Amino acid sequence: MSIVVPTLETPRPTPTPAKRSRRQGLDLPAILIPLIACLYVGVVILLPALSVVASAFAKGVGPFLENFQSHELLSALRLTLFATAVAVPCNVIFGLAAATAIARREFRGKALLLSVIDLPFSISPVVVGLMLVLLYSPTHGLLGGVIESLGWKIIFSWPGIVLATIIVTFPFMAREVIPLLEEEGWEQEEAARTLGATNWQVFWKVTLPSVRWAALYGLILTTARALGEFGAVAVVSGNIEGLTQTLPLFVEDAYKNYQTELAFGAAMVLGGVAIVSLLLKILVEQVLEQDKKASRMPLDG
Amino acid sequence: MTPAPLRRWRPPSLSLPSWPWRITWTYLGLILFLPLGAMLLRAAEVGPVGFWEMATTPEALATYRVSFGLALVASVINGVFGLVVAWALVRCRFPGQRVLDALIDLPFALPTAVAGLALTAVYSTNGWLGQPLNEAFGLKVAFAAPGVTVAMVFISLPFVVRTVEPVLRSLEREQEEASWCLGASPLQTTVRVVLPQLLPAILGGVAQGYSRAVGEYGSVVMISSNVPFKDLITPTLIIQKLEEYDFEAATVIGSVMLIFSLFSLLVINLLQVWGQRYQGDSA
Repeated sequence: MSIVVPTLETPRPTPTPAKRSRRQGLDLPAILIPLIACLYVGVVILLPALSVVASAFAKGVGPFLENFQSHELLSALRLTLFATAVAVPCNVIFGLAAATAIARREFRGKALLLSVIDLPFSISPVVVGLMLVLLYSPTHGLLGGVIESLGWKIIFSWPGIVLATIIVTFPFMAREVIPLLEEEGWEQEEAARTLGATNWQVFWKVTLPSVRWAALYGLILTTARALGEFGAVAVVSGNIEGLTQTLPLFVEDAYKNYQTELAFGAAMVLGGVAIVSLLLKILVEQVLEQDKKASRMPLDG
Repeated sequence: MTPAPLRRWRPPSLSLPSWPWRITWTYLGLILFLPLGAMLLRAAEVGPVGFWEMATTPEALATYRVSFGLALVASVINGVFGLVVAWALVRCRFPGQRVLDALIDLPFALPTAVAGLALTAVYSTNGWLGQPLNEAFGLKVAFAAPGVTVAMVFISLPFVVRTVEPVLRSLEREQEEASWCLGASPLQTTVRVVLPQLLPAILGGVAQGYSRAVGEYGSVVMISSNVPFKDLITPTLIIQKLEEYDFEAATVIGSVMLIFSLFSLLVINLLQVWGQRYQGDSA
Protein backbone atom coordinates (compact mmCIF):
# COMPACT_ATOMS: atom_id res chain seq x y z
CA MET A 1 0.00 0.00 0.00
CA SER A 2 2.79 2.37 0.87
CA ILE A 3 4.18 1.87 -2.59
CA VAL A 4 0.94 2.84 -4.28
CA VAL A 5 0.53 6.12 -2.44
CA PRO A 6 3.70 7.83 -3.74
CA THR A 7 2.91 6.90 -7.35
CA LEU A 8 -0.48 8.50 -6.92
CA GLU A 9 1.06 11.54 -5.30
CA THR A 10 3.95 12.10 -7.70
CA PRO A 11 1.92 13.24 -10.71
CA ARG A 12 0.22 15.83 -8.60
CA PRO A 13 3.01 18.45 -8.48
CA THR A 14 3.63 18.24 -12.24
CA PRO A 15 0.49 20.07 -13.44
CA THR A 16 1.51 23.25 -11.61
CA PRO A 17 4.91 23.71 -13.29
CA ALA A 18 3.46 22.55 -16.55
CA LYS A 19 0.74 25.15 -16.28
CA ARG A 20 3.25 27.83 -15.41
CA SER A 21 5.47 26.95 -18.33
CA ARG A 22 2.39 26.95 -20.53
CA ARG A 23 1.56 30.47 -19.42
CA GLN A 24 5.08 31.68 -20.14
CA GLY A 25 5.34 29.67 -23.33
CA LEU A 26 1.95 30.63 -24.77
CA ASP A 27 2.81 34.29 -25.17
CA LEU A 28 5.90 33.57 -27.23
CA PRO A 29 4.25 31.31 -29.85
CA ALA A 30 1.26 33.65 -29.97
CA ILE A 31 3.60 36.36 -31.24
CA LEU A 32 6.15 34.25 -33.08
CA ILE A 33 3.79 32.12 -35.17
CA PRO A 34 1.88 35.00 -36.79
CA LEU A 35 5.17 36.86 -37.24
CA ILE A 36 6.83 33.96 -39.05
CA ALA A 37 3.68 33.37 -41.10
CA CYS A 38 3.48 37.03 -42.17
CA LEU A 39 7.21 37.23 -42.93
CA TYR A 40 7.08 34.07 -45.03
CA VAL A 41 4.01 35.10 -47.01
CA GLY A 42 5.45 38.60 -47.31
CA VAL A 43 8.72 37.41 -48.83
CA VAL A 44 7.25 34.67 -51.01
CA ILE A 45 4.00 36.29 -52.21
CA LEU A 46 3.48 39.94 -51.25
CA LEU A 47 6.87 41.42 -52.23
CA PRO A 48 6.86 39.88 -55.73
CA ALA A 49 3.27 41.04 -56.27
CA LEU A 50 4.11 44.58 -55.15
CA SER A 51 7.19 44.64 -57.36
CA VAL A 52 4.98 44.15 -60.43
CA VAL A 53 2.86 47.16 -59.44
CA ALA A 54 5.98 49.21 -58.68
CA SER A 55 7.65 48.34 -61.99
CA ALA A 56 4.49 48.87 -64.03
CA PHE A 57 4.00 52.37 -62.63
CA ALA A 58 7.73 53.17 -62.20
CA LYS A 59 7.52 56.11 -64.60
CA GLY A 60 4.02 57.17 -63.65
CA VAL A 61 0.56 56.51 -65.00
CA GLY A 62 1.13 58.17 -68.40
CA PRO A 63 3.89 55.82 -69.64
CA PHE A 64 1.90 52.90 -68.24
CA LEU A 65 -1.10 53.86 -70.37
CA GLU A 66 1.13 54.35 -73.42
CA ASN A 67 1.76 50.58 -73.37
CA PHE A 68 -1.76 50.12 -74.61
CA GLN A 69 -0.89 51.71 -77.93
CA SER A 70 1.20 48.65 -78.72
CA HIS A 71 -0.55 46.62 -81.41
CA GLU A 72 1.05 43.39 -80.20
CA LEU A 73 -0.24 43.90 -76.68
CA LEU A 74 -3.75 44.74 -77.87
CA SER A 75 -3.99 41.78 -80.23
CA ALA A 76 -2.67 39.49 -77.49
CA LEU A 77 -5.32 40.87 -75.14
CA ARG A 78 -8.00 40.35 -77.77
CA LEU A 79 -6.95 36.72 -78.35
CA THR A 80 -6.89 35.99 -74.61
CA LEU A 81 -10.37 37.44 -74.16
CA PHE A 82 -11.64 35.50 -77.16
CA ALA A 83 -10.23 32.16 -75.94
CA THR A 84 -11.71 32.78 -72.50
CA ALA A 85 -15.08 33.78 -73.97
CA VAL A 86 -15.28 30.46 -75.84
CA ALA A 87 -13.73 28.17 -73.23
CA VAL A 88 -15.65 29.36 -70.16
CA PRO A 89 -19.23 28.83 -71.48
CA CYS A 90 -18.24 25.37 -72.80
CA ASN A 91 -16.86 24.45 -69.41
CA VAL A 92 -19.88 25.86 -67.58
CA ILE A 93 -22.20 23.62 -69.61
CA PHE A 94 -19.96 20.59 -69.06
CA GLY A 95 -19.51 21.38 -65.35
CA LEU A 96 -23.24 21.69 -64.68
CA ALA A 97 -24.07 18.60 -66.74
CA ALA A 98 -21.37 16.54 -65.06
CA ALA A 99 -22.42 17.77 -61.62
CA THR A 100 -26.12 16.93 -62.09
CA ALA A 101 -25.20 13.57 -63.60
CA ILE A 102 -22.65 12.53 -60.99
CA ALA A 103 -23.79 14.08 -57.72
CA ARG A 104 -27.27 12.56 -57.69
CA ARG A 105 -26.20 8.96 -58.05
CA GLU A 106 -24.18 6.38 -56.25
CA PHE A 107 -22.48 4.04 -58.65
CA ARG A 108 -19.43 1.88 -58.87
CA GLY A 109 -16.44 3.85 -60.09
CA LYS A 110 -17.79 7.21 -58.96
CA ALA A 111 -14.55 8.02 -57.14
CA LEU A 112 -12.61 6.98 -60.24
CA LEU A 113 -14.70 9.24 -62.48
CA LEU A 114 -14.15 12.15 -60.09
CA SER A 115 -10.40 11.48 -60.22
CA VAL A 116 -10.53 11.43 -64.02
CA ILE A 117 -12.23 14.83 -63.98
CA ASP A 118 -9.43 16.05 -61.69
CA LEU A 119 -6.73 14.86 -64.09
CA PRO A 120 -6.00 18.26 -65.68
CA PHE A 121 -5.05 19.54 -62.24
CA SER A 122 -2.20 17.07 -61.91
CA ILE A 123 -1.03 16.83 -65.53
CA SER A 124 1.62 19.38 -66.42
CA PRO A 125 0.17 22.03 -68.77
CA VAL A 126 3.06 21.39 -71.13
CA VAL A 127 2.01 17.73 -71.38
CA VAL A 128 -1.57 18.85 -72.12
CA GLY A 129 -0.24 20.94 -74.99
CA LEU A 130 1.89 18.05 -76.19
CA MET A 131 -1.14 15.75 -76.24
CA LEU A 132 -2.98 18.21 -78.49
CA VAL A 133 0.02 18.46 -80.84
CA LEU A 134 0.22 14.65 -81.07
CA LEU A 135 -3.47 14.55 -81.94
CA TYR A 136 -3.95 17.49 -84.31
CA SER A 137 -0.53 18.42 -85.73
CA PRO A 138 -0.72 18.18 -89.55
CA THR A 139 2.65 16.38 -89.72
CA HIS A 140 2.75 14.25 -86.58
CA GLY A 141 -0.80 14.24 -85.28
CA LEU A 142 -2.99 11.16 -85.12
CA LEU A 143 -5.84 13.05 -86.80
CA GLY A 144 -3.50 15.37 -88.69
CA GLY A 145 -4.46 13.98 -92.09
CA VAL A 146 -8.19 14.28 -91.44
CA ILE A 147 -7.82 17.83 -90.14
CA GLU A 148 -5.75 18.89 -93.13
CA SER A 149 -8.11 17.34 -95.69
CA LEU A 150 -10.95 19.28 -94.08
CA GLY A 151 -8.87 22.42 -94.50
CA TRP A 152 -8.83 23.12 -90.77
CA LYS A 153 -5.94 24.45 -88.80
CA ILE A 154 -5.84 23.63 -85.11
CA ILE A 155 -2.21 23.69 -83.99
CA PHE A 156 -0.55 27.11 -84.30
CA SER A 157 -4.00 28.64 -84.59
CA TRP A 158 -6.86 29.78 -82.36
CA PRO A 159 -8.76 26.46 -82.13
CA GLY A 160 -5.71 24.89 -80.50
CA ILE A 161 -5.45 27.74 -78.03
CA VAL A 162 -9.15 27.42 -77.17
CA LEU A 163 -8.87 23.63 -76.79
CA ALA A 164 -5.81 23.93 -74.54
CA THR A 165 -7.62 26.50 -72.38
CA ILE A 166 -10.69 24.26 -72.15
CA ILE A 167 -8.71 21.20 -71.03
CA VAL A 168 -6.78 23.03 -68.36
CA THR A 169 -9.85 24.71 -66.85
CA PHE A 170 -12.72 22.22 -67.16
CA PRO A 171 -12.55 20.58 -63.69
CA PHE A 172 -13.21 23.76 -61.65
CA MET A 173 -16.96 24.04 -62.23
CA ALA A 174 -17.81 20.39 -61.58
CA ARG A 175 -15.56 20.34 -58.51
CA GLU A 176 -17.33 23.28 -56.89
CA VAL A 177 -20.90 22.22 -57.69
CA ILE A 178 -20.76 18.44 -57.00
CA PRO A 179 -20.16 18.61 -53.21
CA LEU A 180 -23.00 21.11 -52.77
CA LEU A 181 -25.46 19.02 -54.79
CA GLU A 182 -24.48 15.91 -52.83
CA GLU A 183 -25.12 17.74 -49.57
CA GLU A 184 -28.50 19.15 -50.56
CA GLY A 185 -30.31 15.96 -51.50
CA TRP A 186 -33.04 15.62 -54.07
CA GLU A 187 -36.24 16.20 -52.07
CA GLN A 188 -36.99 19.56 -53.68
CA GLU A 189 -36.41 18.23 -57.16
CA GLU A 190 -38.61 15.24 -56.40
CA ALA A 191 -41.35 17.59 -55.22
CA ALA A 192 -41.07 19.66 -58.38
CA ARG A 193 -41.23 16.55 -60.53
CA THR A 194 -44.27 15.21 -58.70
CA LEU A 195 -45.94 18.54 -59.35
CA GLY A 196 -45.45 17.95 -63.04
CA ALA A 197 -42.30 19.88 -63.89
CA THR A 198 -40.26 18.70 -66.84
CA ASN A 199 -36.61 17.79 -66.35
CA TRP A 200 -35.54 21.02 -67.97
CA GLN A 201 -37.83 23.01 -65.66
CA VAL A 202 -36.50 21.15 -62.65
CA PHE A 203 -32.93 21.92 -63.62
CA TRP A 204 -33.62 25.54 -64.47
CA LYS A 205 -35.92 26.42 -61.56
CA VAL A 206 -34.80 24.14 -58.71
CA THR A 207 -31.31 22.70 -59.23
CA LEU A 208 -29.57 25.73 -60.69
CA PRO A 209 -30.89 28.28 -58.15
CA SER A 210 -29.84 26.01 -55.29
CA VAL A 211 -26.23 25.86 -56.52
CA ARG A 212 -26.00 29.34 -58.00
CA TRP A 213 -23.31 30.61 -55.64
CA ALA A 214 -21.13 27.53 -55.95
CA ALA A 215 -21.56 27.77 -59.73
CA LEU A 216 -20.54 31.43 -59.63
CA TYR A 217 -17.52 30.49 -57.55
CA GLY A 218 -16.55 27.86 -60.10
CA LEU A 219 -17.11 30.38 -62.88
CA ILE A 220 -14.69 32.85 -61.26
CA LEU A 221 -12.00 30.20 -60.83
CA THR A 222 -12.46 28.97 -64.42
CA THR A 223 -12.27 32.48 -65.86
CA ALA A 224 -9.20 33.47 -63.82
CA ARG A 225 -7.35 30.33 -64.86
CA ALA A 226 -8.45 30.61 -68.51
CA LEU A 227 -7.16 34.18 -68.78
CA GLY A 228 -3.77 33.23 -67.36
CA GLU A 229 -3.09 29.84 -68.92
CA PHE A 230 0.48 29.67 -70.14
CA GLY A 231 2.11 26.25 -70.51
CA ALA A 232 -0.50 24.43 -72.59
CA VAL A 233 -1.09 27.45 -74.81
CA ALA A 234 2.66 27.99 -75.25
CA VAL A 235 2.99 24.53 -76.82
CA VAL A 236 0.06 24.71 -79.25
CA SER A 237 0.05 28.38 -80.23
CA GLY A 238 3.43 28.68 -81.93
CA ASN A 239 3.68 32.09 -80.26
CA ILE A 240 3.35 34.13 -83.46
CA GLU A 241 3.40 37.80 -82.50
CA GLY A 242 0.15 39.59 -83.28
CA LEU A 243 -1.50 36.37 -84.45
CA THR A 244 -1.41 33.50 -81.97
CA GLN A 245 0.16 35.21 -78.98
CA THR A 246 -1.99 35.40 -75.87
CA LEU A 247 -1.42 37.98 -73.16
CA PRO A 248 0.54 35.66 -70.80
CA LEU A 249 2.76 34.62 -73.72
CA PHE A 250 3.21 38.29 -74.58
CA VAL A 251 4.45 38.97 -71.03
CA GLU A 252 7.22 36.40 -71.38
CA ASP A 253 8.12 37.38 -74.92
CA ALA A 254 8.32 41.10 -74.14
CA TYR A 255 10.45 40.44 -71.06
CA LYS A 256 12.84 38.21 -72.98
CA ASN A 257 13.20 40.87 -75.68
CA TYR A 258 14.07 43.50 -73.05
CA GLN A 259 10.78 45.36 -73.56
CA THR A 260 10.50 45.47 -69.79
CA GLU A 261 7.90 48.22 -69.64
CA LEU A 262 5.55 46.44 -72.02
CA ALA A 263 6.02 43.20 -70.08
CA PHE A 264 5.14 44.81 -66.77
CA GLY A 265 2.26 46.72 -68.33
CA ALA A 266 0.71 43.50 -69.63
CA ALA A 267 1.49 41.73 -66.35
CA MET A 268 -0.29 44.52 -64.49
CA VAL A 269 -3.44 43.94 -66.56
CA LEU A 270 -3.39 40.21 -65.78
CA GLY A 271 -2.51 40.89 -62.13
CA GLY A 272 -5.40 43.34 -61.87
CA VAL A 273 -7.79 40.71 -63.19
CA ALA A 274 -6.37 38.23 -60.68
CA ILE A 275 -6.97 40.62 -57.79
CA VAL A 276 -10.52 41.37 -58.93
CA SER A 277 -11.24 37.64 -59.18
CA LEU A 278 -9.74 37.15 -55.72
CA LEU A 279 -12.00 39.83 -54.23
CA LEU A 280 -15.05 38.39 -55.99
CA LYS A 281 -14.09 34.96 -54.68
CA ILE A 282 -13.94 36.22 -51.09
CA LEU A 283 -17.34 37.89 -51.54
CA VAL A 284 -18.93 34.72 -52.94
CA GLU A 285 -17.31 32.65 -50.20
CA GLN A 286 -19.03 34.78 -47.59
CA VAL A 287 -22.40 34.42 -49.29
CA LEU A 288 -21.87 30.65 -49.53
CA GLU A 289 -21.02 30.50 -45.83
CA GLN A 290 -24.20 32.42 -44.96
CA ASP A 291 -26.24 30.19 -47.23
CA LYS A 292 -24.91 27.12 -45.47
CA LYS A 293 -25.68 28.58 -42.05
CA ALA A 294 -29.18 29.52 -43.17
CA SER A 295 -29.86 26.05 -44.53
CA ARG A 296 -28.60 24.47 -41.30
CA MET A 297 -30.75 26.63 -39.03
CA PRO A 298 -34.09 24.86 -39.50
CA LEU A 299 -32.37 21.53 -38.87
CA ASP A 300 -31.00 22.73 -35.56
CA GLY A 301 -34.30 24.23 -34.44
CA MET B 1 -38.43 -2.71 -39.33
CA THR B 2 -39.95 0.17 -41.30
CA PRO B 3 -36.96 2.60 -41.36
CA ALA B 4 -34.62 0.08 -42.99
CA PRO B 5 -36.44 -0.33 -46.34
CA LEU B 6 -37.12 3.41 -46.41
CA ARG B 7 -33.41 4.18 -46.22
CA ARG B 8 -32.59 1.73 -48.96
CA TRP B 9 -35.34 2.94 -51.23
CA ARG B 10 -34.24 5.32 -53.95
CA PRO B 11 -36.81 7.28 -55.91
CA PRO B 12 -36.75 5.63 -59.33
CA SER B 13 -37.27 8.82 -61.33
CA LEU B 14 -34.33 10.60 -59.72
CA SER B 15 -32.12 9.36 -62.51
CA LEU B 16 -32.12 12.47 -64.65
CA PRO B 17 -32.57 12.02 -68.36
CA SER B 18 -29.40 10.77 -69.88
CA TRP B 19 -28.68 14.21 -71.33
CA PRO B 20 -26.28 15.28 -68.57
CA TRP B 21 -24.56 11.91 -68.88
CA ARG B 22 -24.34 12.19 -72.62
CA ILE B 23 -22.82 15.65 -72.39
CA THR B 24 -20.38 14.53 -69.70
CA TRP B 25 -19.08 11.51 -71.58
CA THR B 26 -18.97 13.18 -75.00
CA TYR B 27 -17.10 16.14 -73.56
CA LEU B 28 -14.67 14.00 -71.57
CA GLY B 29 -14.14 11.81 -74.61
CA LEU B 30 -13.36 14.65 -77.00
CA ILE B 31 -11.51 16.91 -74.61
CA LEU B 32 -9.62 14.45 -72.41
CA PHE B 33 -9.60 10.84 -73.62
CA LEU B 34 -8.89 11.55 -77.29
CA PRO B 35 -5.69 13.60 -76.68
CA LEU B 36 -4.66 11.23 -73.90
CA GLY B 37 -5.13 8.24 -76.20
CA ALA B 38 -3.19 9.94 -78.99
CA MET B 39 -0.21 10.42 -76.71
CA LEU B 40 -0.29 6.88 -75.32
CA LEU B 41 -0.54 5.48 -78.85
CA ARG B 42 2.42 7.56 -80.06
CA ALA B 43 4.40 6.47 -76.99
CA ALA B 44 3.55 2.81 -77.64
CA GLU B 45 4.75 3.15 -81.24
CA VAL B 46 8.24 3.93 -79.94
CA GLY B 47 8.54 0.46 -78.41
CA PRO B 48 9.79 -0.46 -74.94
CA VAL B 49 13.52 -0.44 -75.76
CA GLY B 50 13.44 2.87 -77.56
CA PHE B 51 11.19 4.31 -74.86
CA TRP B 52 13.61 3.36 -72.11
CA GLU B 53 16.59 4.71 -74.05
CA MET B 54 14.96 8.05 -74.79
CA ALA B 55 13.52 8.38 -71.30
CA THR B 56 16.92 7.88 -69.69
CA THR B 57 19.29 9.97 -71.81
CA PRO B 58 21.75 11.92 -69.60
CA GLU B 59 19.98 15.12 -70.66
CA ALA B 60 16.57 13.82 -69.58
CA LEU B 61 17.91 12.36 -66.33
CA ALA B 62 19.46 15.74 -65.47
CA THR B 63 16.09 17.47 -65.94
CA TYR B 64 14.33 14.85 -63.78
CA ARG B 65 16.86 15.57 -61.04
CA VAL B 66 16.15 19.31 -61.28
CA SER B 67 12.33 19.01 -61.56
CA PHE B 68 11.69 16.24 -59.06
CA GLY B 69 14.52 17.21 -56.67
CA LEU B 70 13.84 20.94 -56.43
CA ALA B 71 10.08 20.33 -56.24
CA LEU B 72 10.79 18.08 -53.25
CA VAL B 73 12.82 20.85 -51.58
CA ALA B 74 10.02 23.34 -52.28
CA SER B 75 7.34 20.99 -50.93
CA VAL B 76 9.25 20.31 -47.72
CA ILE B 77 9.73 24.05 -47.16
CA ASN B 78 6.00 24.55 -47.75
CA GLY B 79 5.12 21.61 -45.52
CA VAL B 80 6.82 23.37 -42.59
CA PHE B 81 5.85 26.97 -43.30
CA GLY B 82 2.41 26.07 -44.63
CA LEU B 83 1.68 24.48 -41.27
CA VAL B 84 2.88 27.64 -39.50
CA VAL B 85 0.68 29.83 -41.73
CA ALA B 86 -2.37 27.58 -41.23
CA TRP B 87 -1.74 27.61 -37.48
CA ALA B 88 -1.54 31.41 -37.48
CA LEU B 89 -4.79 31.66 -39.44
CA VAL B 90 -6.75 29.26 -37.22
CA ARG B 91 -5.29 29.51 -33.73
CA CYS B 92 -4.02 33.10 -33.49
CA ARG B 93 -5.67 36.51 -33.58
CA PHE B 94 -3.59 39.36 -34.96
CA PRO B 95 -4.02 42.50 -37.09
CA GLY B 96 -3.86 41.86 -40.82
CA GLN B 97 -5.08 38.30 -40.50
CA ARG B 98 -7.69 38.67 -43.23
CA VAL B 99 -5.13 40.17 -45.60
CA LEU B 100 -2.84 37.21 -44.94
CA ASP B 101 -5.75 34.87 -45.60
CA ALA B 102 -6.49 36.55 -48.93
CA LEU B 103 -2.82 36.62 -49.97
CA ILE B 104 -2.55 32.83 -49.63
CA ASP B 105 -4.87 32.43 -52.64
CA LEU B 106 -2.90 34.83 -54.83
CA PRO B 107 -0.70 32.09 -56.37
CA PHE B 108 -3.91 30.32 -57.47
CA ALA B 109 -5.33 33.47 -59.04
CA LEU B 110 -2.19 35.04 -60.50
CA PRO B 111 -1.29 33.85 -64.01
CA THR B 112 1.96 31.89 -63.84
CA ALA B 113 3.68 34.17 -66.36
CA VAL B 114 3.00 37.14 -64.07
CA ALA B 115 4.27 35.17 -61.08
CA GLY B 116 7.43 34.31 -63.01
CA LEU B 117 7.97 37.93 -64.00
CA ALA B 118 7.38 39.13 -60.43
CA LEU B 119 9.73 36.59 -58.87
CA THR B 120 12.42 37.24 -61.48
CA ALA B 121 12.18 40.98 -60.80
CA VAL B 122 12.43 40.57 -57.03
CA TYR B 123 15.14 37.89 -56.93
CA SER B 124 17.41 39.03 -59.78
CA THR B 125 20.76 40.46 -58.70
CA ASN B 126 19.39 44.02 -58.83
CA GLY B 127 15.98 43.15 -57.36
CA TRP B 128 14.54 44.02 -53.93
CA LEU B 129 15.59 40.72 -52.37
CA GLY B 130 18.09 39.42 -54.91
CA GLN B 131 20.51 42.28 -54.40
CA PRO B 132 20.86 41.97 -50.61
CA LEU B 133 21.06 38.18 -50.86
CA ASN B 134 23.74 38.45 -53.51
CA GLU B 135 25.76 41.04 -51.60
CA ALA B 136 25.48 39.34 -48.22
CA PHE B 137 25.91 35.69 -49.16
CA GLY B 138 27.03 35.80 -52.79
CA LEU B 139 23.87 33.84 -53.54
CA LYS B 140 22.44 34.05 -57.04
CA VAL B 141 18.72 33.26 -56.88
CA ALA B 142 17.16 34.20 -60.22
CA PHE B 143 18.56 32.44 -63.32
CA ALA B 144 19.89 29.59 -61.15
CA ALA B 145 18.57 26.59 -59.24
CA PRO B 146 17.49 28.56 -56.11
CA GLY B 147 15.24 30.68 -58.32
CA VAL B 148 13.53 27.57 -59.69
CA THR B 149 12.94 26.47 -56.09
CA VAL B 150 11.50 29.88 -55.15
CA ALA B 151 9.06 29.72 -58.08
CA MET B 152 7.98 26.22 -57.05
CA VAL B 153 7.52 27.38 -53.46
CA PHE B 154 5.38 30.27 -54.68
CA ILE B 155 2.97 28.22 -56.76
CA SER B 156 2.59 25.34 -54.29
CA LEU B 157 2.20 27.31 -51.04
CA PRO B 158 -1.63 27.46 -51.05
CA PHE B 159 -2.00 23.67 -51.22
CA VAL B 160 -0.60 22.89 -47.76
CA VAL B 161 -2.29 25.86 -46.08
CA ARG B 162 -5.69 25.16 -47.60
CA THR B 163 -5.66 21.43 -46.80
CA VAL B 164 -4.39 21.80 -43.22
CA GLU B 165 -6.62 24.75 -42.30
CA PRO B 166 -10.04 23.00 -42.23
CA VAL B 167 -8.66 19.98 -40.36
CA LEU B 168 -6.99 22.18 -37.76
CA ARG B 169 -10.24 24.13 -37.37
CA SER B 170 -12.28 20.97 -36.79
CA LEU B 171 -9.94 19.50 -34.16
CA GLU B 172 -11.55 19.09 -30.78
CA ARG B 173 -9.90 21.29 -28.19
CA GLU B 174 -10.94 18.84 -25.45
CA GLN B 175 -8.15 16.46 -26.44
CA GLU B 176 -5.54 19.17 -26.02
CA GLU B 177 -7.07 20.25 -22.72
CA ALA B 178 -7.02 16.65 -21.54
CA SER B 179 -3.37 16.42 -22.52
CA TRP B 180 -2.55 19.59 -20.58
CA CYS B 181 -4.47 18.37 -17.57
CA LEU B 182 -2.50 15.14 -17.63
CA GLY B 183 0.66 17.23 -17.32
CA ALA B 184 1.95 17.45 -20.86
CA SER B 185 3.82 20.59 -21.84
CA PRO B 186 2.48 22.69 -24.74
CA LEU B 187 5.24 21.33 -26.94
CA GLN B 188 4.39 17.73 -25.99
CA THR B 189 0.72 18.41 -26.64
CA THR B 190 1.44 19.89 -30.05
CA VAL B 191 3.85 17.19 -31.13
CA ARG B 192 2.03 14.17 -29.72
CA VAL B 193 -1.65 15.14 -29.83
CA VAL B 194 -2.18 17.77 -32.53
CA LEU B 195 0.43 16.95 -35.16
CA PRO B 196 -0.48 13.25 -35.60
CA GLN B 197 -4.04 14.30 -36.38
CA LEU B 198 -2.82 16.86 -38.90
CA LEU B 199 -0.34 14.52 -40.55
CA PRO B 200 -2.64 13.16 -43.32
CA ALA B 201 -3.66 16.71 -44.24
CA ILE B 202 -0.06 17.95 -44.23
CA LEU B 203 1.13 15.06 -46.39
CA GLY B 204 -1.88 15.45 -48.69
CA GLY B 205 -1.13 19.14 -49.16
CA VAL B 206 2.58 18.46 -49.68
CA ALA B 207 1.76 15.78 -52.29
CA GLN B 208 -0.60 18.11 -54.17
CA GLY B 209 1.93 20.93 -54.06
CA TYR B 210 4.71 18.57 -55.18
CA SER B 211 2.68 17.31 -58.12
CA ARG B 212 1.90 20.89 -59.14
CA ALA B 213 5.51 22.04 -58.72
CA VAL B 214 6.88 19.18 -60.85
CA GLY B 215 4.56 20.08 -63.73
CA GLU B 216 4.88 23.85 -63.39
CA TYR B 217 6.15 25.65 -66.45
CA GLY B 218 5.11 29.30 -66.75
CA SER B 219 6.74 30.77 -63.66
CA VAL B 220 9.80 28.50 -63.67
CA VAL B 221 10.74 29.09 -67.31
CA MET B 222 11.05 32.82 -66.65
CA ILE B 223 13.20 32.63 -63.52
CA SER B 224 15.37 29.76 -64.76
CA SER B 225 18.34 30.26 -67.09
CA ASN B 226 17.19 27.05 -68.84
CA VAL B 227 20.74 25.70 -69.13
CA PRO B 228 20.81 21.90 -69.58
CA PHE B 229 22.35 19.94 -66.69
CA LYS B 230 22.03 23.04 -64.48
CA ASP B 231 18.50 24.35 -64.00
CA LEU B 232 16.57 23.06 -67.01
CA ILE B 233 13.25 21.53 -65.91
CA THR B 234 11.55 18.59 -67.64
CA PRO B 235 8.57 20.56 -69.11
CA THR B 236 11.01 23.00 -70.73
CA LEU B 237 12.97 20.06 -72.19
CA ILE B 238 9.72 18.78 -73.76
CA ILE B 239 9.17 22.17 -75.41
CA GLN B 240 12.77 22.28 -76.62
CA LYS B 241 12.39 18.81 -78.13
CA LEU B 242 9.22 19.94 -79.91
CA GLU B 243 11.01 23.01 -81.27
CA GLU B 244 13.72 20.69 -82.62
CA TYR B 245 10.94 18.61 -84.26
CA ASP B 246 12.07 15.62 -82.16
CA PHE B 247 8.48 14.47 -81.58
CA GLU B 248 9.48 11.00 -80.38
CA ALA B 249 11.67 12.27 -77.56
CA ALA B 250 9.01 14.83 -76.57
CA THR B 251 6.38 12.07 -76.48
CA VAL B 252 8.54 9.77 -74.39
CA ILE B 253 9.51 12.42 -71.84
CA GLY B 254 5.91 13.68 -71.78
CA SER B 255 4.75 10.12 -71.05
CA VAL B 256 7.17 9.90 -68.12
CA MET B 257 5.58 13.06 -66.70
CA LEU B 258 2.09 11.70 -67.39
CA ILE B 259 2.86 8.45 -65.55
CA PHE B 260 4.14 10.51 -62.64
CA SER B 261 0.90 12.57 -62.65
CA LEU B 262 -1.27 9.46 -62.57
CA PHE B 263 0.84 8.01 -59.76
CA SER B 264 0.68 11.21 -57.72
CA LEU B 265 -3.10 11.39 -58.23
CA LEU B 266 -3.32 7.89 -56.76
CA VAL B 267 -1.15 8.86 -53.78
CA ILE B 268 -3.20 12.02 -53.16
CA ASN B 269 -6.45 10.01 -53.23
CA LEU B 270 -5.05 7.42 -50.82
CA LEU B 271 -3.91 10.19 -48.47
CA GLN B 272 -7.41 11.68 -48.57
CA VAL B 273 -8.96 8.32 -47.70
CA TRP B 274 -6.49 7.99 -44.83
CA GLY B 275 -7.33 11.50 -43.63
CA GLN B 276 -11.06 10.84 -43.70
CA ARG B 277 -10.61 7.67 -41.70
CA TYR B 278 -8.54 9.60 -39.19
CA GLN B 279 -11.24 12.23 -38.84
CA GLY B 280 -13.91 9.59 -38.65
CA ASP B 281 -12.11 8.00 -35.71
CA SER B 282 -11.72 11.21 -33.77
CA ALA B 283 -15.31 12.33 -34.37
